[in-house]
Amino acid sequence: MLIFEQSRTGRVNTAQQPANVNTASSIPAEFLREDKPLLPEVSEMQAVRHYTRLSTKNFSIDTHFYPLGSCTMKYNPRGCNTLAMLPGFLNRHPDSPANMSQGFLSCMHDLQEILKDVTGMEEVSLAPMAGAQGEFAGVAMIRAYHDAQNGGKGDPDRTEILVPDAAHGTNPATATMCNFKVREIPTNSDGDVDIEALKEAVGPHTAGIMLTNPSTLGVFERKIKEIAGIVHDAGGLLYYDGANLNAILGKVKPGDMGFDVIHMNLHKTFSTPHGGGGPGAGPVGVSKRLIPFLPVPMVIQDGDKFDVVTEKSNPQSIGRLSAFMGNAGVLLRSYIYARLLGSQGMHRVAEYATLNANYMMKKLEQAGFDLAFPNRRATHEFIVTLKKQAKEHNVTAMDFAKRLLDYGFHAPTTYFPLLVPECFLIEPTETEAQDALDGFIAAMIAIQKEAEEDAEKLKGAPYTLPVRRLDDVKAAKELDLTWKK
Amino acid sequence: MPFIPHTEDDVKSMLAAIGVDSIDDLFDEIPTELLSEGLTKVPEGVSEMEISRIMHERAEQDSRALCFAGAGAYEHHIPAAVWEITTRGEYYSAYTPYQAEASQGTLQLLYEYQTMMASLTGMDISNASLYDGASALAEGVLMAVRANRKSKSKRILMPRTVNPKYRQVAHNIVKGQGITLEELDFDMQGGHINIDSLPKDPGDFTALVIPQPNYFGILEDIDALTNWAHEHKALVIAVVNPTSLALLKSPGSWGEKGADITCGEGQPLGAPLSSGGPYFGFMACREVYVRQMPGRIIGRTVDLDGNPGFSLTLQAREQHIRRSKATSNICTNQGLLVTAATIYMTLVGPDGLHKVAQASHANTQDLIAKLEATGKAKRIFSRPVFHEAVMQFEVPTDEIMKQMSAQKILPGVELKNDYPELGNVMMVCATETKTQADLTTYADLLAKIAK
Repeated sequence: MLIFEQSRTGRVNTAQQPANVNTASSIPAEFLREDKPLLPEVSEMQAVRHYTRLSTKNFSIDTHFYPLGSCTMKYNPRGCNTLAMLPGFLNRHPDSPANMSQGFLSCMHDLQEILKDVTGMEEVSLAPMAGAQGEFAGVAMIRAYHDAQNGGKGDPDRTEILVPDAAHGTNPATATMCNFKVREIPTNSDGDVDIEALKEAVGPHTAGIMLTNPSTLGVFERKIKEIAGIVHDAGGLLYYDGANLNAILGKVKPGDMGFDVIHMNLHKTFSTPHGGGGPGAGPVGVSKRLIPFLPVPMVIQDGDKFDVVTEKSNPQSIGRLSAFMGNAGVLLRSYIYARLLGSQGMHRVAEYATLNANYMMKKLEQAGFDLAFPNRRATHEFIVTLKKQAKEHNVTAMDFAKRLLDYGFHAPTTYFPLLVPECFLIEPTETEAQDALDGFIAAMIAIQKEAEEDAEKLKGAPYTLPVRRLDDVKAAKELDLTWKK
Repeated sequence: MPFIPHTEDDVKSMLAAIGVDSIDDLFDEIPTELLSEGLTKVPEGVSEMEISRIMHERAEQDSRALCFAGAGAYEHHIPAAVWEITTRGEYYSAYTPYQAEASQGTLQLLYEYQTMMASLTGMDISNASLYDGASALAEGVLMAVRANRKSKSKRILMPRTVNPKYRQVAHNIVKGQGITLEELDFDMQGGHINIDSLPKDPGDFTALVIPQPNYFGILEDIDALTNWAHEHKALVIAVVNPTSLALLKSPGSWGEKGADITCGEGQPLGAPLSSGGPYFGFMACREVYVRQMPGRIIGRTVDLDGNPGFSLTLQAREQHIRRSKATSNICTNQGLLVTAATIYMTLVGPDGLHKVAQASHANTQDLIAKLEATGKAKRIFSRPVFHEAVMQFEVPTDEIMKQMSAQKILPGVELKNDYPELGNVMMVCATETKTQADLTTYADLLAKIAK
């Protein structure tokens, strides 16, 4: 039942309203609203009960194993939330002067330092509010850098951004937003960038390349130094999509691989909650030559005081990307997480995430599932292809995914990367115990057996969730986007 | 090992299953020269107890401020239930609802949110949120360029009464796409866009942005401005404060035809000030433009048994399908903040939101009167305001800021960087959270600050 269907005209929550409101108004009638907006009129208890009940219809990390490739669904420590929600942090107005902000600014400064260290970059800005905005900031900096060449006259021929065909959809979408042409680079059968194709593609028109390493195919790009050399020699810059930073955290620094600019998804690697689709945070780190272009605001330390820098002192900055300082509360949570892990904890993240992924990969292979790259090590994730099952039993990866929900597991990422047919991208993360991995493997084996014996069973899944499979075609054709009385 | 459950025996058995001797062997595809030599700036790990002490000390440094600042971030009372429910693990730690059957809680909540926002703004439909108000305006500009097929100029008229940070963000985000944001100046007496000063022959332009209330807190002539834009075949992008909409005319009923796109900052609906984020941007529009809308949209449909359910819809607009041809590169939105906003709107209801808006308006009127009564401050614009006002002070504002902030009072937001022509002014705001005693404290302190 929708909240609106529980509404009764005139029902009010007196405790949730300001008391004794002064009704004096200096607003002329022509500006005033005449109709009552359609907000629910329910009691506090009805509201609490409704939204508590709705919550139980969700899968979440706190309730289920969530091996969603490329999304790094690791445990979100409760302490990070509790401490980021201390009143001193929640009640600070973003325009507070530095003398009312030392506590908050010191956390932001320390986080910048930590992120510089783990990425091997020279400077970090925390401003971008999500991974895609971090990407935008990164590509905008590449543009600003080329525009500043030749004594400020720019390098207008550099109109192309190279993107491997396996890349996240945000990569080409971002390049387009920054008015670059996108040129796709093919991947070879082992999952590495096709070096010969790259050599042919680069030239005086190359502004840069956007790479994820490990790639979205779940393998480490072994020739990364050679790629960096080719792109740099052509005058282009290297952009690192930090979506998969969890795989190498503390083990390999993107700066050492030759990247000029990177964004990090703190809601992945630094364990801030996904919140049902955000908020995220997408800080960017840069090599020396891109420092002047970093987005503002940033935090600096002057003696034992912290302050904020803006466009005023950084005139070449690509500017601000949010009204204030990005998703400050998310940044606080990742700072707390980083302090809990500490220097010893960072590389363990990569190590145990990799251990879990390789264990699952081996076990699934032994159970008869086909791997997309059987000759490669898994990184923090790997790909199973269900092409064989599709052919032999007429069941799709989506059918497997929906049936997994009945077994109590969130489905892995399906149909991404687009290069691998009927694929599952599986990322267990370091926070899952061996028992959970074994449970998932057992479910896959059981579903495989069902596919062989009764494929229809998979087609009808799920059976045990609040709803059965939904009609997406109807949803898009007969748009019903708001409730009407 | 924090958050890693493996015992030594687990590791041994897992390595044996894989067929390697050590975890390091799993990294054997990475060229050895790339392996890190360690971290130098990351401090050693601490326990929850230790970090708790550190964070309490830092939070305490910034706490107990009395805030009279607004300028895009507003302190409102947030019912206790809002964040108690929002931080339930089922909302807090869920992913984007791509697996609809396992996400009906979040999806139904978002559908309810879309309904509330569409009604509040007077628009037909709403998306499920964007990053913040500033980036929502940038997306609104991009959307207007896609939606207004009659206009070829990619010219957007952007009044200087729009939040200057929003204008900067919009510029930074859209400039790569050949779009120009052309400023319209404001009336120095009224603090608004004077309809008589609009260009008689503006030429082809794609959209006019209309803020209500504007950055100065002033109410604009929304009806006349909307009609003027529509007469010139341009779209209207409304930038509004959601709290104000309980009191003020909704963009859907501005002028003869109403605004086409409405966006703004959702923070006043249940998000704490929190140093500027996370907040959420909202966006609503007329139904004809739904396919040009960026961000996630939830639709109601049926399942295999014909029972109602909810799923993400119109995904063909988005980056993970359309890649370089997507309506936006946007991927995440601000789901958790929308969860809070939906619960907030449900708890306060239409009546409560109206009271919040009215109390904020009345408190700001009181504050203006009290500050003016000191003889040291004066409102500079003549037009009516919602819950903010620009005040001119006798004493230099940086001196006021210095002295008051030393006593943990934030007296307002200075405007000298963005509007140097306004002189020695500050923008003040008093929401429903301020008592008469708070207002008096401010006025008394101001009276004591010498020139």
